[in-house]
Amino acid sequence: MLNIDSIENGIVIDHITAGRGMRVYDLLELQALDTCVAIIKNARSEKYGKKDIIKIEGVTDIDLDVLGFIDDHATVCIIRDGKLAEKKRPHLPKKLVNIVKCKNPRCITSVENVDQVFYLCDEKAHRYRCRYCEQEYKK
Amino acid sequence: MRHLIDPLDFTRQETDRLLGLGEKILESPQKYAHRCDGKILGTLFFEPSTRTRLSFESAMLRLGGQVLGFSDAGSSSATKGESVADTIRMVSGYADIAAMRHFKEGAPFVASQYSRIPVINAGDGGHQHPTQTLTDLFTIRRRRGKVDGVTIGLCGDLKFGRTVHSLIKSLVRYENVRFYFISPEELRVPSYILKEVVMPSGHQWEEVRAMEDVMPELDILYMTRVQRERFFNEEDYVRLKDSYILTKDKLRAAKKDLSILHPLPRVNEIAPEVDGDPRAVYFEQARGGVFVRMALILTLLGLEKGILSGEGA
Ligand SMILES: [Zn+2]
Repeated sequence: MLNIDSIENGIVIDHITAGRGMRVYDLLELQALDTCVAIIKNARSEKYGKKDIIKIEGVTDIDLDVLGFIDDHATVCIIRDGKLAEKKRPHLPKKLVNIVKCKNPRCITSVENVDQVFYLCDEKAHRYRCRYCEQEYKK
Repeated sequence: MRHLIDPLDFTRQETDRLLGLGEKILESPQKYAHRCDGKILGTLFFEPSTRTRLSFESAMLRLGGQVLGFSDAGSSSATKGESVADTIRMVSGYADIAAMRHFKEGAPFVASQYSRIPVINAGDGGHQHPTQTLTDLFTIRRRRGKVDGVTIGLCGDLKFGRTVHSLIKSLVRYENVRFYFISPEELRVPSYILKEVVMPSGHQWEEVRAMEDVMPELDILYMTRVQRERFFNEEDYVRLKDSYILTKDKLRAAKKDLSILHPLPRVNEIAPEVDGDPRAVYFEQARGGVFVRMALILTLLGLEKGILSGEGA
């Protein structure tokens, strides 16, 4: 069993909803890192039964905004000198750029090569709308 | 540089000043007849809409300016397969201001991101049509002297009607507005409009099924088309359509100073017998749209100061 003690400096994203680990990996663009990254799938979780975990070695300044959008269960632990330096819950980003695609076939983004932009329209209900056509994003 | 893509791009104060300018132009159009000498409006109509295009062209010509453009994408080799971004970059070199109509929602917003000239959204699919909204507000203001305190009945297709949604969003910025949403069950105002726009505003509102129920209370009756294709079956359409047709008979209970608005074109939702009634102002509304567009063109071109915030008088 892996645990955070094995990281000297880095980030542990814990309590990711089981099955979403790879999505988080993709959206955080972790493939671009050349440091050690571990994805643990279906780890045992007392709270949720199963969970995914991602451990990133040697990096502490990844833009984690998008995490709040994909999985607000997740917790982020920043490890410095082998110790838990900071623990955060991701918050919902106000704006999503190129994270999700608009599904409205009448939307200009279906034909024009532009950034896919969504903005948070309802914080409580986690709802986002397309910046172009204003259609709500449905997961 | 400012654009008009969404009716809410202008604050309420900016909107009020713009409508005030529209009134000044309406009262003495000759004063404005040469304000746009040497300026060109590009009318980029990727989808045909004769009424809206003529209204924009009339506005620019009445200001002494000139117009160029195309009236549907099919007839324009310049736009075949070309992106909206490239089209507006090109037109930025040919015109001083552009009015864009497009069948894709959000296209004018994309254009505004790449444009070197002000862009006016002249309707983007089922999404927004801000100059229609300004025209509606202009008409309400002309008829009542102000928008505050209005009791308005919105009648017909409140589900898909974009003009209705934009108008609601603009009206909630005024004081003491009362809304009656008059529609069949199938075409009710979407719940997100109620939850995100109407309820937080604190204004009074009610949904009713028949216009007769509220007719005596209305200052404004805003009629819209009930389209056949919005119904699942012909029976429902036939059963419901008559309930949303305005007739002389239904008007009997209305106030003397009611104003009947319609974004036009109408099909059969207002009986022709109503046209002669002084309360039928939809053609006056369409005429007002020209003055609103004149005011808008002057403002966005920076030829009339003091309308937009931060410009100074
Ligand atoms: Zn969209």
